[in-house]
Amino acid sequence: MLHIDQPEDRGGPAQPLVIARGLAKYFPLKRGLFGSGGAVKAVDGLDLEIKKGETLAIVGESGCGKSTVSRLLMGLIPPTAGEVLFDGELVGSAALPAKEYLRQVQMVFQDSYASLNPRLSIEESIAFPPMVHGLGRTEAVERAHDLLDAVGLAPGLFAGRYPHELSGGQRQRINIARALALRPRLIILDEPVSALDKSVEAQVLNLLMDLKEQFGLTYLFISHDLNVVHHVADRVLVMYLGRAAEIGPVESIFAAPGHPYTRGLLASRLSMDPTKRRKTPPLTGDPPNPVNPPPGCRFNTRCPIAEPVCSNSQPNLAAIGHTIHALGHEAACWALVPGSGHSLATRKVA
Amino acid sequence: MRDDLLVLARDLRVKFTTGVNAVNGVDFDLRQREVLCILGESGSGKSVTLRALMRLNPPTKTIMSGTLELGGRDVVQASENEMSDLRGPFVSMIFQEPMTALDPVFTIGRQITETILRHENISRRKARRRALELLELVQIPSAKRRLDAYPHELSGGLRQRAMIAIALSCRPKLLLADEPTTALDASVQIQILLLLREIQQELGMGMIFVTHDLGVAGEVADRIAVMYAGRFIEEGPVADLMRQPLHPYAKGLLGATVHEGSRGKRLTTIPGAPPDLRDLPGGCAFAPRCTEAEGACLAHLPELRTPVPDRAARCIHVDDRPAAFGERLAS
Amino acid sequence: MLLYTLRRILYAVPIALAVSLVCFMLVHIAPGDPIDAILPPDASAETVALVRKDYGLDKPLPVQFGLWLAHVVQGDFGRSIANRRLVADELVSAASKTFILATTAASLGFVIGCILGGLAGAFRGTLIDRAAVSFAVGGVSVPHYWLGMVLVIIFSVTLGWLPSMSAGPGDWAWDWLHIRHLILPAITLSVIPAGLVTRTVRGVVVEILSQDFMTTLRGKGLRRLMLTVHVMKNAAPTALAVMGLQLGYLMGGSILVETVFAWPGTGMMLNQAIFQRDIPVLQGTTLVLAMIFVALNLLVDLIQTALDPRMRRT
Ligand SMILES: Nc1ncnc2c1ncn2[C@@H]1O[C@H](COP(=O)(O)OP(=O)(O)OP(=O)(O)O)[C@@H](O)[C@H]1O
Ligand SMILES: Nc1ncnc2c1ncn2[C@@H]1O[C@H](COP(=O)(O)OP(=O)(O)OP(=O)(O)O)[C@@H](O)[C@H]1O
Ligand SMILES: [Mg+2]
Ligand SMILES: [Mg+2]
Repeated sequence: MLHIDQPEDRGGPAQPLVIARGLAKYFPLKRGLFGSGGAVKAVDGLDLEIKKGETLAIVGESGCGKSTVSRLLMGLIPPTAGEVLFDGELVGSAALPAKEYLRQVQMVFQDSYASLNPRLSIEESIAFPPMVHGLGRTEAVERAHDLLDAVGLAPGLFAGRYPHELSGGQRQRINIARALALRPRLIILDEPVSALDKSVEAQVLNLLMDLKEQFGLTYLFISHDLNVVHHVADRVLVMYLGRAAEIGPVESIFAAPGHPYTRGLLASRLSMDPTKRRKTPPLTGDPPNPVNPPPGCRFNTRCPIAEPVCSNSQPNLAAIGHTIHALGHEAACWALVPGSGHSLATRKVA
Repeated sequence: MRDDLLVLARDLRVKFTTGVNAVNGVDFDLRQREVLCILGESGSGKSVTLRALMRLNPPTKTIMSGTLELGGRDVVQASENEMSDLRGPFVSMIFQEPMTALDPVFTIGRQITETILRHENISRRKARRRALELLELVQIPSAKRRLDAYPHELSGGLRQRAMIAIALSCRPKLLLADEPTTALDASVQIQILLLLREIQQELGMGMIFVTHDLGVAGEVADRIAVMYAGRFIEEGPVADLMRQPLHPYAKGLLGATVHEGSRGKRLTTIPGAPPDLRDLPGGCAFAPRCTEAEGACLAHLPELRTPVPDRAARCIHVDDRPAAFGERLAS
Repeated sequence: MLLYTLRRILYAVPIALAVSLVCFMLVHIAPGDPIDAILPPDASAETVALVRKDYGLDKPLPVQFGLWLAHVVQGDFGRSIANRRLVADELVSAASKTFILATTAASLGFVIGCILGGLAGAFRGTLIDRAAVSFAVGGVSVPHYWLGMVLVIIFSVTLGWLPSMSAGPGDWAWDWLHIRHLILPAITLSVIPAGLVTRTVRGVVVEILSQDFMTTLRGKGLRRLMLTVHVMKNAAPTALAVMGLQLGYLMGGSILVETVFAWPGTGMMLNQAIFQRDIPVLQGTTLVLAMIFVALNLLVDLIQTALDPRMRRT
């Protein structure tokens, strides 16, 4: 009999679970007979590491490429450039064939309804993936019941129901249970709570934190809600127009954001205190078109501290942390690079 | 009656022919320049209440009862013509999804001018000039060009600004907003919220703002009404309500909202699910989910209690005596 | 928009070429020597040789196709086997008659369909709706020739109000003398498009009325007339698309009706050509009809794009 259990840890705890290098995805624009009309540069040169057992969050405005990153990592779309290593092995190589990789990485989407087959009962929905991978029917159903228990839905009550008989929060729990059915090591959560009410959101977030502990999971958590990210994440990647603007430990980023975009984003959070209302919006305007991103730093068109250097060349991620808590805190901003020619940078060096 | 009263609702009820009791006795007043936020979960009846104020629920499928007056005019009994004269110059509305709430085959400019021309006797040219001013008022960059743009040519944030411009086109005294920022990014959301508040103050409008996000209410509201299963279960000034909610449901909602201080802590949750609106339990609709519930809660609907002037909650555990309330606050 | 138009026209070229190729092949698919198909069986040997040379039938097929195409482009479709007249002349007269019939029927069907469909959509679930839907179902399923004959029996034979044959004396003119002849075939032919348009428009109107922006429009205080304008502009692209396709079918598909009413159009011409194995006529008629179909589709596409800003490209 086949055992579908969590695969062993090969590289040891120090080996990042996922390493992505130079990841890029361009969606060509359809322009008919007369040649190509350029491409949507959805992700454009992204390096990424997800450590074992951590929750890495990706934040950024709509259209900045968060979902594209997750679809690239899931292998749902082929990358234009770049490669992905999983536990030290190149995905798609002989050591880690795509099928084996896809079993170890699962995904939960925002739209809880669209991602469930309306004609399968809850039990069948959850038992289906392990059966496809060769688990016997009885074992698969047994596992489905255990998972329903784990996500807080009584199997006796829910196993036979169909998706339309459930609330949004309950459906999202089913999606999570289904993602767990193959005992994956990495779960990609693409806006898992964005469509839920606040009280239900809290239930699902609590559940996700419990399951992580229980099943030894690693999360890639995509969200545009900074409060949620602050609550769940260990590290945060801030994306802007297909590129990384800043990455680092959550506390360090929330306490001392390095990139002006991160500062704007953080200041855009609702204050929860009516006596401390703000008067001016921290960020103005919309992100530029990803077909023709502005030259230089992509944020320079909206940046409050932009200088000529910013539109001349593109900054790369560089370490900005000086304390132990800020280890691994990097930002891509010329104002933080000594000698870059940005007036704020030279002052810092002196 | 005071003449700055924009809305007067007493025991307002909306029922659908499908058997859904969406709004089950709502009482409130709204004065000029006042911003009321209706806060509640999905399905609690926020949108139906808002649409009822303009009588925009599907006419053949809706049964409306109780008292509802807009600026002293009876909305429940008014003819369709009288209603349509009110819509625009007295009251107008902004919706959640600016993409689907705008007609895709008409330009933004046309959608503004047609409203002006409907209600005011002015020339097309003047209407267009006014449309341009409106786009500038809502801070749409290169407004002149945007007049001839179609909705799909604008980003989500700009579309919502255009929607606001349309709603403002006849200088309404009362602006209704149904989750106008839910579909937007946080950075755009705050822009729109600030814009709405600024315009509301500048034009001296009354505003009713529907949201499911306490944080959003905190940014715009003067008063908050918490809605549950078609009733206002608590109402009060925004700062007081957010600092110390009275009703167990409002407390639960506050505890479940992820905010800056919640990292590392377990979020409190509200067990159970909202009731079926086709078959509401007698008594307090929240009782089946309430940790403080007792037999009396289910016996009959709790009355509104007023522990301090200006605050009210529908819960038998809220003390009616102002003194006792003060003591609890102090402890 | 201009670029899009050009591109769209460019797309139509290969389709047109393919259609011509099929028409050309008609002669060669027919069994036996193509000459037998082109010429009457009693043609003299000289004529055969002459035509063979003229048509290049001694040359390889691709070259023949080129030659044929060159003829066709100049409007030379050869001569009819049955009556030795120029196919081109016959075609012009027949096509214009069919065009009159088809556009009249199409307009009639379009107007009826839009009115019925619009009413049905606006008053969904009422008696009006059910009546309109029954009409649509009936219109689509009733056989043409049967309806035509029933109309003839009622209005020509029994009542004697309207003629049942031909397109009137001499050349066509828009006077009562001729229009009398048009009425019955046009009504008969309009039933299918009317049914289809009713169904489509009803669906589209129901869909539009359920959209959020209708609530916005009502919320602006717009009166019924303005709301109708909004619904119409939203429904127009779809309705026109269905109508354009129908017009295309009507241009070619009226064989039965034209035969029943002896309407001297392309349909009747095709019918005769088939029975008389008149290949040049068949070839020319098919080609012209197909080209009209392609052109109509192109036109509908362009109109649709012009009406719907979401489909517009730079
Ligand atoms: N299949 C596709 N074809 C063309 N463009 C695409 C495709 N998928 C995404 N894009 C474009 O790529 C960019 C990034 O999209 P993506 O979905 O990754 O954004 P996101 O950060 O997830 O945004 P959101 O918060 O709205 O979900 C966008 O400009 C989007 O329009
Ligand atoms: N036209 C209608 N016909 C029948 N039932 C309706 C109609 N509109 C709303 N309802 C029902 O009324 C109840 C209240 O709906 P409403 O739209 O007011 O909720 P809401 O508080 O706005 O929720 P959300 O946050 O999801 O927008 C729901 O149960 C809904 O299904
Ligand atoms: Mg996304
Ligand atoms: Mg709503």
